[in-house]
Amino acid sequence: MKKLKRISSRSALTIATLALPLAMIGACSSNATNTTGDTAEPAPTEAPSAVDVRGETITIYSGRSEALMSALFTQFTIDTGVKVEVRYGDSGELAALLLTEGDKSPADIYFSQDAGALGAVESAGLLSTLPADVTDAVEAKFRSTSGAWVATSGRARVLVYNPELVATPPASLDDLLDPQWKGKIGYAPSNASWQSFVTALRLTRGEDGARAWLTGLAANEPVAYEKNGVVRDAVNSGEISMGLINHYYLYELISKIGADKVVAKNHFFRDGDAGSLVNIAGVGVLASSKKSDAALVLVRYLLSVAGQSYFAGKTFEYPMIPGVIQFVSLPALAELNPPSVDLADLKTLEETQELLEEVGLLTK
Amino acid sequence: MTRLLRAPVAIAAPALLAAVVAIVPLIYLFDASLSRGVDAAVREVIVSRTTILLIRTLLLTLVVTAACAIVGTINAWLVVRSSLPLRPVWLILLAMPLAIPSYLSAFAWVSWIPTMSGFLGASVVLTLASYPYVMLPVAAMLRGADPMLEDVARSLGVSAQSALVRVTLRQVAPAIWAGSLLVALYVVSDFGAVAAMRLETFTWVIYGAYRAGFNPTRAATLALMLVALALLLILLERRFRTRVTQRIGAGTARSSVRRAPFTLVAPALIVALTSIGFGIGVPLVSSISWTRNGTAITDWSAVLETIMSSFWIGFLTGLATLLLALPVGILLARFKGHLANVTEGAVFVTHSLPGIVVALSVVYLGINLVRPLYQQVPLLVFGQVIIFLPLVVGAVRTSIEQSRVALEDVSRSLGVSRMATVFRVTIPLATPGIAAGGALAVLGAMKELPTTLILRPTSVETLATSIWKYSVVSDFGAVGPYAVALMFLAALPTALLSHVAVAKVAR
Repeated sequence: MKKLKRISSRSALTIATLALPLAMIGACSSNATNTTGDTAEPAPTEAPSAVDVRGETITIYSGRSEALMSALFTQFTIDTGVKVEVRYGDSGELAALLLTEGDKSPADIYFSQDAGALGAVESAGLLSTLPADVTDAVEAKFRSTSGAWVATSGRARVLVYNPELVATPPASLDDLLDPQWKGKIGYAPSNASWQSFVTALRLTRGEDGARAWLTGLAANEPVAYEKNGVVRDAVNSGEISMGLINHYYLYELISKIGADKVVAKNHFFRDGDAGSLVNIAGVGVLASSKKSDAALVLVRYLLSVAGQSYFAGKTFEYPMIPGVIQFVSLPALAELNPPSVDLADLKTLEETQELLEEVGLLTK
Repeated sequence: MTRLLRAPVAIAAPALLAAVVAIVPLIYLFDASLSRGVDAAVREVIVSRTTILLIRTLLLTLVVTAACAIVGTINAWLVVRSSLPLRPVWLILLAMPLAIPSYLSAFAWVSWIPTMSGFLGASVVLTLASYPYVMLPVAAMLRGADPMLEDVARSLGVSAQSALVRVTLRQVAPAIWAGSLLVALYVVSDFGAVAAMRLETFTWVIYGAYRAGFNPTRAATLALMLVALALLLILLERRFRTRVTQRIGAGTARSSVRRAPFTLVAPALIVALTSIGFGIGVPLVSSISWTRNGTAITDWSAVLETIMSSFWIGFLTGLATLLLALPVGILLARFKGHLANVTEGAVFVTHSLPGIVVALSVVYLGINLVRPLYQQVPLLVFGQVIIFLPLVVGAVRTSIEQSRVALEDVSRSLGVSRMATVFRVTIPLATPGIAAGGALAVLGAMKELPTTLILRPTSVETLATSIWKYSVVSDFGAVGPYAVALMFLAALPTALLSHVAVAKVAR
């Protein structure tokens, strides 16, 4: 057995611990699905109808990294008594694994970095419907229409720019195609969030519309980087003027090297176009799970103030419930005006990759 | 010498078992691919994009295989036939790129020279990673080759250079072909290096169908196209592979002699130095610099723990693969015929499949047939055996082919049974090949990533999975120690491999 240690962000943990009483309320007070009324309540606040799941071990397939999740899972076990076995992997690859395993999967929980993969597992009929109190806690556009999964945090697309090089950032996606930005836009072609954004572009503008925009972008000779973090660093250092990435990369840098050393700024498009996409990380319970009560304890924990504070503090993503303190001055989620796409439809990723390959933005 | 004898059941039965193990992925692929009917499968295949990718993959395979054949043969010739000092050290250093996973060296290269990505970069990285598959068998064969033929040519007035090409090169041609086949199949299956180099090859669409299309059926159909390509390569090699020439008549060959004119040694030395510098220098220097630039304190007990699990999984895979490969190697070398041909095809064809395909086929089999073993070590080893079986079979076969049939005939004429002869003569004579084959499987299992990620027991980490774990979050300070540890751990079987590969071949 591997020890779950390597706690790298103490502050986030402290916050999670401080929020513990609230977590208990979040995890336990809401109406539980089962009513066998067992013994040994973990906390006095718990509703008497809850099943005792202490000591049970649930298996999680996590598309979110161990570096991010292990501290939270450790805290979860301490707080709830539910033990976890975690299989980390790429979100898409874990989805393919779940599809191959079918109803014999050992997994109880699927935790994905991306809505599309959740949508794919859902349409294969492998996810159970979550109780209404869980799904109702999250805004409708950040959960499955059938209630098979919910978002645990939001990730907004932004244009990160260097104000020393660009006084006024382009106001819309189409303005990015202006020849004055030729060779000045950075992006990460293999990054999943970039590809989800292009999927959203396909969904909002149609195949031809998306192809037209991408062809225009390709003509502006955008500069390819390995990862989003590298795009951000290049913008901050002035190596490139701006980049299409997710909002939280900038705050990661600020927390790492201090606000005084960060010149780069985020520009949120807020125009209801694909450039304002808010993708999610989210979670679902497998229909084949025999420990769905314990699995639901985890889902509730992730959506509790403790869980949500952890993400907000460690990844600077958007919390999915109200009342969570954010550590940076982010524009409110409600102000972002994301495009009206069903996030589950982001599963048509393969078509996106084919389109990107066609316009020459995926490979060399 | 080929003898068309019927294989004893004690050889044929386990060899067939190995063939069945090897085709497990094929059974799954056919089943999954045809689950939506033949029409859907055919439609998947006839798409212009897959055709373009197939052509690009073939082109890459051709370039890398040719480069490996040339570089591997030159390096082998240098260490066996030149009078270079410290030749065993040179050989070990030249074999060392085997200890470095291609995904790691590809990443080291692109982070050093970002503009190298694409076809050029992928060709360079894959050539550096796979030329030892040609070099080692060629070196072994050169060491064992009878110098008499070259003497005859020289006595007839042929120049040294000319004799090298016209006689010696032909003598070692079977080893060049066999090594090249392994390289070609590996290039077809590779995803790690071409992904890092952003060169879209056929494995991209297979990975894409799984990870972005969430469509295992489509992925299975596409993977079957790789199987067809692999069959083509295997038949091609069989068509061109010449037989191993064995001395007939009286007398024993003297050891091969080292005579190499400076005009040949100098360019060969440049090739060798480039192979070593680029093949191990670049990834090693990158990994060490990551470690030094890392800010986090390395948890050495965690590193040690993963070294131990990598070692154990490698050891078990090596042992299991060897047990299955031995009867196949004997069958292929000594009992040529239909059974041998079919077994060879079955064993080699899956080498063209990307790791994710083999892994998911074992998932499918495991979860439906042997549920208690699912996500346990035995099933992980099973998956690895499928991948590394061809490497081990190749090593064992070459070694047996090189040992003299006459010795087995003598044993039989003295009244020793066929099976006893196998155990008392054939296997002892093939010891170098057996050791080399085992080392290749151990080495392969230590480096292997995609299958290990999917089939490992939950929460077991190997060096390869740890490298993956930290690289996905761009924590290269943490990747460094694991990468360095993997290179040093894998260096052990590599050293053993290169040592036995050229140990004096029994005649």
